[in-house]
Amino acid sequence: MEKNIVIIALFAALIAALGLVPKFTLASGIPITAQSMGIMLCGTVLGSRRGAQAVLLFLLLVAIGLPLLAGGRGGLGVFGTPWAGFLFGFPFAAFAAGLIMERWRSDNIPLVAGCAAAIGGIAALYAVAVPYYMVAVSAGLDQALVTAMLPFMPGDILKAILAGYITAGLAKARPDSLLSRA
Amino acid sequence: MLSLISPVKSPYHKVPPGPKFFLLMVASILLFLNGNLYFQASALVVVLGLYLVPGMAFFTAGLRMLWPLWPFVVIVFLWHTLTFDIVSGLVIIMRMFSAVALANLVTMTSQLDDVIALVTRVATPFRRFGLKPKVLALLIALFIRFLPVLIEKGNLLVESWRSRSTRRAGWRVVVPLALLALDDAEMVAEALRARGGLEPDEV
Repeated sequence: MEKNIVIIALFAALIAALGLVPKFTLASGIPITAQSMGIMLCGTVLGSRRGAQAVLLFLLLVAIGLPLLAGGRGGLGVFGTPWAGFLFGFPFAAFAAGLIMERWRSDNIPLVAGCAAAIGGIAALYAVAVPYYMVAVSAGLDQALVTAMLPFMPGDILKAILAGYITAGLAKARPDSLLSRA
Repeated sequence: MLSLISPVKSPYHKVPPGPKFFLLMVASILLFLNGNLYFQASALVVVLGLYLVPGMAFFTAGLRMLWPLWPFVVIVFLWHTLTFDIVSGLVIIMRMFSAVALANLVTMTSQLDDVIALVTRVATPFRRFGLKPKVLALLIALFIRFLPVLIEKGNLLVESWRSRSTRRAGWRVVVPLALLALDDAEMVAEALRARGGLEPDEV
């Protein structure tokens, strides 16, 4: 029981740390935020329920005013933009990624975790974020896809692949640590 | 840890967070429901006026917190220029600034412990759905304690990577960082248990 609570708190802190440690850059030198990768990892490592709970805790602390989002943003204001659907979609993303890790056990971990991260961190996330954007600015689907989805897509695909490798790395180093497969 | 609370004292600091959150909710709904250009423009002027009440230093601090919105302004503006619908683009941009600025105002003038107390109070009715206020308080405390620890460890990992390699530390650092978090969780959970842990009915 204590273990559940502690690991949820620590993975919520990990999401924040991934957004605040500023030195993560791609091979090409383009700085990207690893924060949404943290969301994917919560799902693939902790599983559906605990993963979503860790993300909810993170969002709660953002909302009450800690500057935890990448670039030091935070507070209630970040939920006021038409792009806030991404934040509201985060728990669903982690939940979906965790669910896939829990159910799909027949293949190797990098493949399954990568797919789980992609389906959770991209499909489930955009399924919340795009409609939210459409309602928030009363936009059509074409506008929403161009202005809310396209700019983030390449980074998210890359992060899903990396999340797969990272999850596999964790499974190798601490075989019992993948609670999603426990 | 860094916080977003303004060091400049304002009349808003004295208002308890409950009413402030309620007013913010009402104002956000009104902003969202009204699509009139003049309404949104006057709302934005009122909001900026609210920032001027405590003085210039507070006003500029508030503007600085709005700066991260610029990429969104560019995207919305580009789209609406290309589709010849500048008026609704302006409405969206002004609505976004008012909503975000009002929410920031609440954040800038509310003490963290007051807000945590409010959250715990609001969470109390949810205890039958498994959200125990005591557990929530423990989660928040653990988070706030461990965030600086993880950031410190992340920076150390990046530095030790640099001392071994001419290339930049990339995503590979995330694996050891997450491992450290997993190991810490194991030990902290054990320490909590050793000190009596949580009572079963609290979890």
